[in-house]
Amino acid sequence: MGLLQPELGLLFWTSLAFGVVLFLLCKFGFPVILRSVEERRRFIDSSIDAAHEAEVRLERVTLDSEAIVEKAEAERQQILRAATEERDRIVAEARMKASEEAQRIVVEAREQAEEVREQILRDGRQQVAALAVALSEKLLRGELRDKQSQTQLADRLLDEINTQTTNIEA
Amino acid sequence: MRLWINILLLCALSIACPAWGQESIDYAQSEAVAAVAAEVPEHAEPMAEEQGIDVKTVVLDHIADSYEWHICTVGEHHVTIPLLVIVRSQSGEWHCFSSSHLHAGHEYEGFRIADEGEYAGKIVEQTAEGEVVRPIDLSITKTVAGLFVNCAVLLLIVLGVARRYRNDQPDAKAKGGLAGVLEMVIDSVMEGIIIPCVGPNYRKFAPYLLTAFFFIFVNNLMGLIPIFPAGANVTGNISVTLVLAMATFFAVNVFGTRDYWKEIFWPEVPTWLKVPIPIMPAIEFIGLFTKPFSLMIRLFANILAGHAIILILTCIVFATAKLGAAVNGAMSAVSVVLSIFMNCLELLVAFLQAFVFTMLSAVFIGAAQHSEEHEHETKQIENNINN
Repeated sequence: MGLLQPELGLLFWTSLAFGVVLFLLCKFGFPVILRSVEERRRFIDSSIDAAHEAEVRLERVTLDSEAIVEKAEAERQQILRAATEERDRIVAEARMKASEEAQRIVVEAREQAEEVREQILRDGRQQVAALAVALSEKLLRGELRDKQSQTQLADRLLDEINTQTTNIEA
Repeated sequence: MRLWINILLLCALSIACPAWGQESIDYAQSEAVAAVAAEVPEHAEPMAEEQGIDVKTVVLDHIADSYEWHICTVGEHHVTIPLLVIVRSQSGEWHCFSSSHLHAGHEYEGFRIADEGEYAGKIVEQTAEGEVVRPIDLSITKTVAGLFVNCAVLLLIVLGVARRYRNDQPDAKAKGGLAGVLEMVIDSVMEGIIIPCVGPNYRKFAPYLLTAFFFIFVNNLMGLIPIFPAGANVTGNISVTLVLAMATFFAVNVFGTRDYWKEIFWPEVPTWLKVPIPIMPAIEFIGLFTKPFSLMIRLFANILAGHAIILILTCIVFATAKLGAAVNGAMSAVSVVLSIFMNCLELLVAFLQAFVFTMLSAVFIGAAQHSEEHEHETKQIENNINN
């Protein structure tokens, strides 16, 4: 059957044509396209990888910065707390010191007052004594003309002084 | 019995739907399809002859090769392009002349186109003893011319696109237009066929397989375009598919590994299958040739059948011309609808056959690049395609 019988001429020309096409396409056609597509694929793959890496790194940086912020916050809290404590302590100390001082002053004042009072008392006594002496001198001069009256007076005076002293002491 | 039912079924299917038939073809069955494709016009003949159109001649004239390229017939005038005849006569000298000299049975330089006999339609030479012999004939026939045109188209497309890629940097953007389409197809062939079927060695064979794919695809598509300079039945010609199958045969066997050859001459089967009578080696050895043979027949039969069916459907218009306006009009409408359907189907087949040829070539090459664990996979793919 004619259709199933290969023709020499057609075989020859087909071999030639296919050979030439094969040579040209294998040399200048497909490898060029395949290489370019391959390179592009590799580039895209590496770009995607780089993007992933950048994402991971960014995440890490974000985490880091969050950690830093947290740490700073904690530090601030601590500083504030420390400052409050310090302030309280200083205030308390100052208060204590002030009250001590006040007490000291009060005590000192009391002592001084005591001293002053005693001195006044002492002075008063001396003056009273001096006055009494002077007064009694005057009185005595007038009254004490005789010996008897003098003795009477002295006794009386001594009695009076005694009573007086007892009164004061009481 | 079953075989005959199968063949009958295939006959029916190849008339109704050749694409389906193409899926289930192995080489034995595809011979049947080829036979059917050639027989269909014979059945149509008696009816056609009465009505003045010889469908068989029309179809066979198109399918078969010829020395001139017939474009159309206007009234009584045939518009043809004469082609170059190159023959070597018995005396050993080469003759080269235009085929227009041989038109209508004329004899030129001792050569003529035989009307009948063994060499009907071919150039023959009358020797001094009155014997009719066939000279060595390297004429640029219609198929060869169509082949050249298609090759030029293919080269133009692929090299033109490749030029755009030549100075690409890795960070160049993806191409649009034709380059984008071609890249997409190349990528799908690479990812879908070549890498999975050939295996780790795929880089070495990718250019060949891609060339085979695009060569067949472009030739198939050009065959579907009915207007000159396309429309020649190139891949539906057994010589062309024979060359393609031979190319795969060489790619398989020249680069076959030691394991591959061992698998053929000393396969892992019980020893009694190998030693006194080498049954398995013989089967494997025959298998070496049946594989490319099936490639050849599959492509040839599918494309041939496609061309034949579209032509027959078109001939319906003319065959029914004498049956009256109503019948003719109705049948013309049917013819056009069916032709459109068949053309769409043939578009699919054009792609599918290129795909299948490339895939089987890749599988055979992959099997010859063979390592033990690949074998199972390969067989599976092969079975899937054949069923």
